[in-house]
Amino acid sequence: MAETRAKTIGQFLARQGILVAFVLFMIGFALANGRFLGIDNIMGVVRSSAILGVIALGVTFVVISGNLDLSVGSMMSFSTIVVLDLHDKIGPALAIPAMFAMTMALGALIGFLVGYLKLNSLIVTLGMLSAIHGLTLTYSGGKNMDIDDKAGTWFSFFGQDSVLGIPVPILVIALLAVLLSLLLSRTPFGRKVYAVGGNGVAATFSGIPRARVVFMCYLISAFCVAVAGLLQASRSLGSQNTVGQGTELDVLAAVILGGASLLGGSGTIFKTVIGVLILGFIQNGLLLVGLAFYVQYVVTWVIIILAVWLDIAAKRGRLLSPIA
Amino acid sequence: MKPYLKQSAIWGFVVLELIFFSVAGEFLSLSDKAFMDLDNMLLLFKQSAPIGIIALGMTVVMINGNIDLSVGAIFALCAIIMLDSMKWPIFAGLGDWVILVGWLLALLSGMVLGLINGLIVWKTGVDAFIVTLGSMLGYRGLVFMYNGENPTSNLNWTMVDIAEADILGIETPTIVFVICTILVWLLMTRTVHGRNAYAIGDNREAAVNAGIRVGPHMVWNFVLIGFLAALSAVVFYSASGSVNPNDGTLYELWVITAVVLGGTKLTGGSGSVIATFGGVIAIQLLRKGLGHIGADTAMVNLVIGLILIAVLFLDRQLNRKGKEELRT
Amino acid sequence: MTDIPALRLQDIVKTFPGVRALDGVSFQVMPGEVHALLGENGAGKSTLMKVLGGIHQPDEGKIFIAEQPAIMKSPLDAKSKGVVFIHQELSLADELSAAENIYLGELPRKSFGRVDWKTLYEKSDAILARLKCSFDSRKLVGDLSIANKQMVEIARALTVDAKAVIFDEPTASLTDAEKVVLFDVINDLRSDGVGVVYISHRMDEIFTISDKISVLRDGSYRGSLVTADTDEDEVTKLMIGRSLDSENPIVPAKKGPIALEVQGLSCGDLFQNVSFKVHEGEVVGFYGLVGAGRTEIAETLFGLRAPSAGKILLEGKEVKIASPIEAIGHGISLVPEDRKGQGLVLGMNCKDNMTLPQISDLTAGPFVSDGAEVAIFDQYRDRLQIKTPGWRQKVGNLSGGNQQKIVIGKWLSMAPKVLIVDEPTRGIDVGSKAEIHNLIRDLASQGYAVIVISSEMPEVLRVSDRVVAMFHGEIIREFTSDEVNEDNLVQAISGIRTTKVA
Repeated sequence: MAETRAKTIGQFLARQGILVAFVLFMIGFALANGRFLGIDNIMGVVRSSAILGVIALGVTFVVISGNLDLSVGSMMSFSTIVVLDLHDKIGPALAIPAMFAMTMALGALIGFLVGYLKLNSLIVTLGMLSAIHGLTLTYSGGKNMDIDDKAGTWFSFFGQDSVLGIPVPILVIALLAVLLSLLLSRTPFGRKVYAVGGNGVAATFSGIPRARVVFMCYLISAFCVAVAGLLQASRSLGSQNTVGQGTELDVLAAVILGGASLLGGSGTIFKTVIGVLILGFIQNGLLLVGLAFYVQYVVTWVIIILAVWLDIAAKRGRLLSPIA
Repeated sequence: MKPYLKQSAIWGFVVLELIFFSVAGEFLSLSDKAFMDLDNMLLLFKQSAPIGIIALGMTVVMINGNIDLSVGAIFALCAIIMLDSMKWPIFAGLGDWVILVGWLLALLSGMVLGLINGLIVWKTGVDAFIVTLGSMLGYRGLVFMYNGENPTSNLNWTMVDIAEADILGIETPTIVFVICTILVWLLMTRTVHGRNAYAIGDNREAAVNAGIRVGPHMVWNFVLIGFLAALSAVVFYSASGSVNPNDGTLYELWVITAVVLGGTKLTGGSGSVIATFGGVIAIQLLRKGLGHIGADTAMVNLVIGLILIAVLFLDRQLNRKGKEELRT
Repeated sequence: MTDIPALRLQDIVKTFPGVRALDGVSFQVMPGEVHALLGENGAGKSTLMKVLGGIHQPDEGKIFIAEQPAIMKSPLDAKSKGVVFIHQELSLADELSAAENIYLGELPRKSFGRVDWKTLYEKSDAILARLKCSFDSRKLVGDLSIANKQMVEIARALTVDAKAVIFDEPTASLTDAEKVVLFDVINDLRSDGVGVVYISHRMDEIFTISDKISVLRDGSYRGSLVTADTDEDEVTKLMIGRSLDSENPIVPAKKGPIALEVQGLSCGDLFQNVSFKVHEGEVVGFYGLVGAGRTEIAETLFGLRAPSAGKILLEGKEVKIASPIEAIGHGISLVPEDRKGQGLVLGMNCKDNMTLPQISDLTAGPFVSDGAEVAIFDQYRDRLQIKTPGWRQKVGNLSGGNQQKIVIGKWLSMAPKVLIVDEPTRGIDVGSKAEIHNLIRDLASQGYAVIVISSEMPEVLRVSDRVVAMFHGEIIREFTSDEVNEDNLVQAISGIRTTKVA
C-alpha cells in the first residue's frame, strides 16, 4: 500500500514535476521578497515575457508537428525592421499589413521547403536564420531604424498603451493564446497537427495531407513572429538589426520546458504558456532577490534538463538510461 | 565510391568559388590585388581556424549521432579561464610559464564541460540536442557570472608572439588547425574508437548488441569537442588578449553549417573530417570572396543560408529512389 | 558426438499484457544437429528467439548451454556464451567496410587504439572465403548487394566459437545459388559439432537442410519430428493443427456487381501487368511470399504509389488516384500491413485514432464535435467488440488484436466500397484472429468488396472466395475456393505455372 502510494506520488511528480517546481519557486521567491507576488510585479513579468511568449505559441505548432524552427529570431528582427521602416514611408496603417505579408511569405517559404520538399527542418531553418539575417541587414543597409515622430504616432499603442488598465501586450498574448489553444485542441486542423507529429506515416495512411499541415504550422509560426515583431517595434519605436538574435533558442527552451517533445506529437498551448511564465518568473525572481540576470541562464539549464529527464524517466520506468 | 564522391563535391565547390571570385574580382573588385594572392589565402586559413577547429569536433559528435549546441559558450568560458587564470596570485612567481598554465587550465576546463554534457546525455538518456541547448544557456550563464558584463583582458606579449608566430609565413592558428584536422582524421579513419563512432551513429542498437559500450564512447566524443572548443579559444585569445561575455554566440550555428556543408549527416553514421575541412574553407572563401567583390556581411549571410538549403535539396534529389517511391 | 545438448530450453513461459506468448516451451538442439523450428506468424518463434538472445527475460523456465544453466542478460551476453544469431533484418553500418562490420565491437587493436587492419582483413577474408563470397572485405557495406549484406551478417556469427547458431529466415533475400552456399556453410557448422537452429517458412529448405523439425503453435510446443521419417503433410498438420478443419467452411458470397477492376496495372519493378476484379460481397485473397508485390498493389490502389501503366476502374468507371485523400474519396480503404508504423498514432487515444480520416467532417461550427466522435467510437467498439477501458485509453496500451480492431473500425466508419486488408492478423493472438476472420466474412456478406492480403495460407484459405497467387510481381494464377488447396497454392507462389489457368 505504502509502496503503491510512493509510486503514485513518484509518477505524479514525474508527470507534473514542472508545475510542482514552478510552485516551489514561486513560494520561495514570495518568501524572499514580498513584492514578488504583487499584482504589479506579476503584470510586469507577463508583459516582459509577451514577445518571447507570442513566438513560443507559434513554435509550439511547429514542434508538435515534429519539426523545429530556428529562424524565428532572425524573422522577428526582419519584421521589426520592416515595420519601422515602412511606418515612415507608407504610414502605420499600411505598414502593419505589409509587414505581416512579408513575414508570412518567409514562413510560407520554410513551410514549402520542410512540408512539400520534405527537407530536414533543423538545417532548413538554420539556413533561413542566416539568410533572413542577411536579408534584414540588406534591407536596412546595416543602420538602426527609428521612427521620426515618436511622440505623434498611434503605432505605439501595441507596445506601450493599456486597455482597462491591462497593458496591450498582455491582452495580445492572452487573446492569441486562447485562439491558438482552441485551434490546436478543438479543431480538426489541431488534431491533424498531433497526428502528423505523432506518426507522419500513419497520418498519410489516414488521408491527412501531411505536407499541407506542416506548411500551415510554419505559416502560423510566422504569423506569431510578425505579431511579436509588431509588439517589439511598437514598444521601442526604433530598433537594431540584431534585436531578435538568440530568441530561437530561448523560445525552444520555453516550449521544451512546457513538456513538448522534440520528436513531435505532444505538447499544448497551455503548457507552453507555463513554460514561458516559468522562464519569466525565474528571471524576475532572481532579479528581485538581488541576483544578476545571467544567473537565470544557469537555473534554466538545470530546470530544462531535470524537466525532460523526469519526463523520460517516468516513461521508461527507471531513472537512469539503461545504455551501457 | 559514394563517400569519395561526396568528399570531392565540397572541393569542387571550393574550386568553383575560387574561379568565380578570381574572375568576378577582375571586374568588380575595388582593390588591385588578385583574389588568389598567397597572402590572402594564408589569411583565409588563419581566419578559418577558430570555427574550423570546433567543426572538427562537431563532425565527430554528429557522425556519432549527437549534436553539441554549447560549443560557443564553452569557447567563451575557456577563453575567460585562460586569460584570468594567468593573473591568479598563486601563479605569480611563474613568469612566462604562466602562459602554459593558463592554456592547460583552459583545455582542462573545456574537457570538463564536455564531460558534463556527455555524462548527462549518457546517464539521463535525454537527447543531446536538448542537453546541449540547456548547457548552452548554463555555460553562458557561467561566463557572465565570472566577470559580469565586463570584458576580461590580459594582454601578454610573449603569448601574442607565440600566437602570431609563423613558419614560412604560415601562422600558428593555421598550423594548429591543420594538425588537428590530420589528428581527428586519423582518429576517425584509423582507430577503433573512430570506426565505432560510425557504427554507433549508423545503428545504435546494433552497436550495443555488438558489445560496444555506447555510453562511455559518446562521453569521450563530448570531451573531445569540449577540448577542441577550448583549443580554439586558446588559439584565438592568445593573440587578441580580451574576451567579451558575448563572444562565441552563434558559433554553434556556424560550426554546424560548415559540417553539414561538408556532407555530414544529421542522423549520424556518415561524414568525413576532410570534407568538414572543405566546408570550413568554403564558408570562409565565400565570406572573403563576397567581400572581395564588394558585397557586405549581409550578402554573406544570405548566400550561406541559401547554399545550405540548396545542398540539402541536392542531396535529397540525388538519394531519391525514383517515381516508384512510396508517397508518404 | 556427445549426448549433451548444445542448447536446451526447459518450460519457458513468457507473457505480455494480454498475451501468453510462450506457454511452457521446451526444445533442444544437439551438437552437430540442424534443427528446424517451424510455426506460423505469431506462433511464438520470435519471442522464443528473443528470450534466447537475452532481449526478453523468461517469466519461468530455464536455459542450458551444454547442460550448464545460463541466464542471457543481453544479445552480447548470449554471444559470449556461444549462442549466436543471424537476424532477418540487417543490422549493419553502411559507411564501414565489410570487415569492420564482421568484427564490429571486436576490432583487432594495435598501439594507441589503432585498428590492426592487416589482421582484420586477413581474418575477414578468411571467413568470407569460407562462405565462398567473392567480394573483398575492404568493400563498404553500403556498396554491397542485399544478398552480400546478408552474407556479412552470417560472417559475423562465424567470428566466435559458437556452440549454437540460430538462423532466422536467412534465405529471404538470397538467390538460389547463394542458398546453396548458405547450406554448405550450415553443413560445415554441423560437421564442426555446432548446434544449428533453422527458422523458416519454406518447406523445401527445411527438408533439404534439417535433421529434426520442431513445431510451435499458439505459443506452445507441438512436437518434434525426425526429418527423414516425415513428410510435408505431417508437418503442415502439426503446424496448422486441427482447428482449421473444425472451422466452419465459408459460406459462398452472393456476388454483386463488380466494385473494383484493375487492368494491366504496373509499377516499375514492383509489379507488372496485374489484372483482377473484385465483386461486391466477395473476399479476394492475395497470397504470395514477402516481396511478391501484393502490398505494393494495395498501396497503388490507395494512391500511395504512382502506377507506371494500367487502369483502375471503380464501378466500371476509370479513376486516377493520386493520393490517399483521393482514394478515400472514391470509397477505398486500406488497413495497412504495419499496424504500429502505418495504421495508428500510438500516442493518441482510441477515439482520435478511429475518427482520424473523417475528422474534418465531424464538426459543430469550427470545432470538433466530441459527441459525434464518441458516437462513432461507441458504435464500432460494440460492433467489433473492442476491449478497452474507454475512448480515452492510449492506443499504444491496447493489445495487438484490439489495436487492429481500432484500425478496422477506423476504415469501416468511412463506409468504404472497397476494403483492402493487408496482413490482418499479424502479431495477434489466436482468439482475436478467429474474430477478425469472422468479421471479414461478415463484411463480405454485408456487401463490401474485400481484398485480403496475407502471408498465412490458412488465413487466405479460410476467408477468401477467390485466391490470387502472386510471384515476383506477377499474378501467377487465380483460384476459386473450390479449386484451391495448399498444394497448388504453394506451387503457384513458388513460381510454378500450371497449364490450368482459371
